[in-house]
Amino acid sequence: MSGTSLKLPWWVDYALLPLLNLSLALLVAGLVILSTGEDPIEAVTAMVQGALGSGEGIGYTLYYATDMIFTGLAVAVAFHCGLFNIGAEGQAYLGGLGLTLVCLYLDWLPFWLVFPLAMLAAAAFGAAYAALPAWLQAKRGSHIVITTIMLNFIAYALMEWLLVNVLIKPGQMSPETRAFAPNAQLPSMQRLLGGLGIEIAQTPLNIAFLVALVCMVLVWVLIWHTRWGYGVRVVGASPRAAVYAGIAPGRRIIQAMVLSGALSAGVALNEVMGAQHKLLVNFPGGYGFTGIAVALMGRNHPAGVLISAVLFGALYQGGAELSFDMPTISSYLIVALQGLVILFTGGLALMLRPALVRLFGRA
Amino acid sequence: MDIIDQLPSLLAATIRVAVPLVLAAFAGLFSERAGVVDIGLEGKMLAGAFAGAAVSSITGNVWLGMLAAVALAAVLGALHGFVCISQKGNQVVSGLAINIMVSGLTMTLGLAWFHQGGQTPPLPPSARFSEVIFPGTALLSGIPFLGAIYGRVIGGQNILVYPTFLMVPLAWWVLYKTRFGLRIRAVGESPAAVDTAGVPVVRLRYAATIIAGVLCGVAGAYIATAQGAGFVRDMTGGRGYLALAALVLGKWKPWNTLWSCLLFAALDAVAIRLQGVVIPGVGPVPVEFVQSVPYIMTIVLLAGFVGRAIPPKASGYPYVKER
Repeated sequence: MSGTSLKLPWWVDYALLPLLNLSLALLVAGLVILSTGEDPIEAVTAMVQGALGSGEGIGYTLYYATDMIFTGLAVAVAFHCGLFNIGAEGQAYLGGLGLTLVCLYLDWLPFWLVFPLAMLAAAAFGAAYAALPAWLQAKRGSHIVITTIMLNFIAYALMEWLLVNVLIKPGQMSPETRAFAPNAQLPSMQRLLGGLGIEIAQTPLNIAFLVALVCMVLVWVLIWHTRWGYGVRVVGASPRAAVYAGIAPGRRIIQAMVLSGALSAGVALNEVMGAQHKLLVNFPGGYGFTGIAVALMGRNHPAGVLISAVLFGALYQGGAELSFDMPTISSYLIVALQGLVILFTGGLALMLRPALVRLFGRA
Repeated sequence: MDIIDQLPSLLAATIRVAVPLVLAAFAGLFSERAGVVDIGLEGKMLAGAFAGAAVSSITGNVWLGMLAAVALAAVLGALHGFVCISQKGNQVVSGLAINIMVSGLTMTLGLAWFHQGGQTPPLPPSARFSEVIFPGTALLSGIPFLGAIYGRVIGGQNILVYPTFLMVPLAWWVLYKTRFGLRIRAVGESPAAVDTAGVPVVRLRYAATIIAGVLCGVAGAYIATAQGAGFVRDMTGGRGYLALAALVLGKWKPWNTLWSCLLFAALDAVAIRLQGVVIPGVGPVPVEFVQSVPYIMTIVLLAGFVGRAIPPKASGYPYVKER
């Protein structure tokens, strides 16, 4: 047999193998840096310095990580149900619409009401946009990969049209809404911690980060410690076994995607309500796709998602800093690295396993 | 506006837009009929566009650019094959990885090599594919309508347009009239049966993914060195996904796929001309809506309310030999 089903010590499967795969991705990225004529070691040093060397760097790292925790969890929840949600980008975009409607038109309410309402609206819009492909998959057998890709494009078109024609702030050219009122903005972590007497650097990091952490714990409890989550995982592992166990796969598919869409909408919370304080064209900025890399690297476990989200956040921030230090290297290198991580930890996840079986295998 | 005046330029634009769609959709056709799902069309096209523009710009020879585009995209096709066939990895993950990787790598390398914000230097006409003017175009241009059809729709198109539309019947012939094509289709429906007959499943699937790469490479070179004059960031602009939609709408059949591509291209050509047009009493035409019609159509078809799109039976699943 190939090495896929032989038993290995748990730490090889859950720590060593992902780490080796990540190293391969970094190695190829290093070769790319070499081909541009720069020193990879120097580049890595500059990136680590930029991402983690200052309070500001750490703040930005966690701010980027917030988006990735949301989309990483979204993709992971769908994966557990055997679904590939490529539509987190579109779901986040639509989530931004729900959130913006609350922040624009209910901003006469106090913050402690606007905040939960905006969160609910974002989650509801994101969830509804995920429910459509989920329903089509569950009831009509339409392949969710194709439908979510198509729905991403429909979301781009719809939101662009809405921003240009409906939501735009009157009397300006660029398609964006007016700035939200102060009571419809999330407080920054700097302000929150400042209130507790802790001084941190001024960054876009805001309390959406805390919401992301709460979501992480909730997903962990839901997927691993409830009957519902067990059902989701059974459907993901084998829909036929689920039927025999009395679990309706269709219903679980829809429910898991609704949760996934709601989690995707967290990007809107962080970006729109937390950082920009207005709705901008294309604010999800590819985080829906980064979420796939984050979920694959985190092995679809909430803790793994957190670790890989912070890692990717550091890469984003480090990459942005790097392009100042070494102008020949652009932050697009991070996009390439993201693709490499998906390739090695996703598509080629088991490439090295036969070799590890030879090393650590137990007969 | 006068329909008769507009029609030739609309048709010409439709054909121009359709070329990369047709090439990419047929790339997907070969790959998916052989049982390998390919959402990496976009990435392979983008890689082709970059390689084509970069090599044309350095050598000044657009055919060398085409060669580089095809070679690079074919390598990526083989990589997709390695992940999906040899390593039995997830086919959607592999395609997505290629798309994201290429989007980042083209910009990284473009910036480092050409120092022009990630773009390749603008190509002079000599380093691009040019239009073919048919004999007698000037003579017939005086004839209303038909002169324009001859000079701008049938003739006057880019030199790559003609081989692209010749490729369509060729691909149909290969897939439906040759032994190789029969085996390709069989391996996408029932690889175990093909294996039992002693035909190498792995080799056939690799062949299909590499053919897909080659076609995507041509599409990329067309975008960067025929339609455009150099590489620009993410210049394929979702055409790979649109081609995928055309493939689904065409129900994985060559002629139907061609019609879907032409339909999508026509919609795009119409949408561009509707930009800013105001319908009295209704307001401006929502161009964004016209542009998303292809995606909506695909979802409706996949939902099975109108017809039914059934993919090749074994597509998406790696083939594992039984022991």
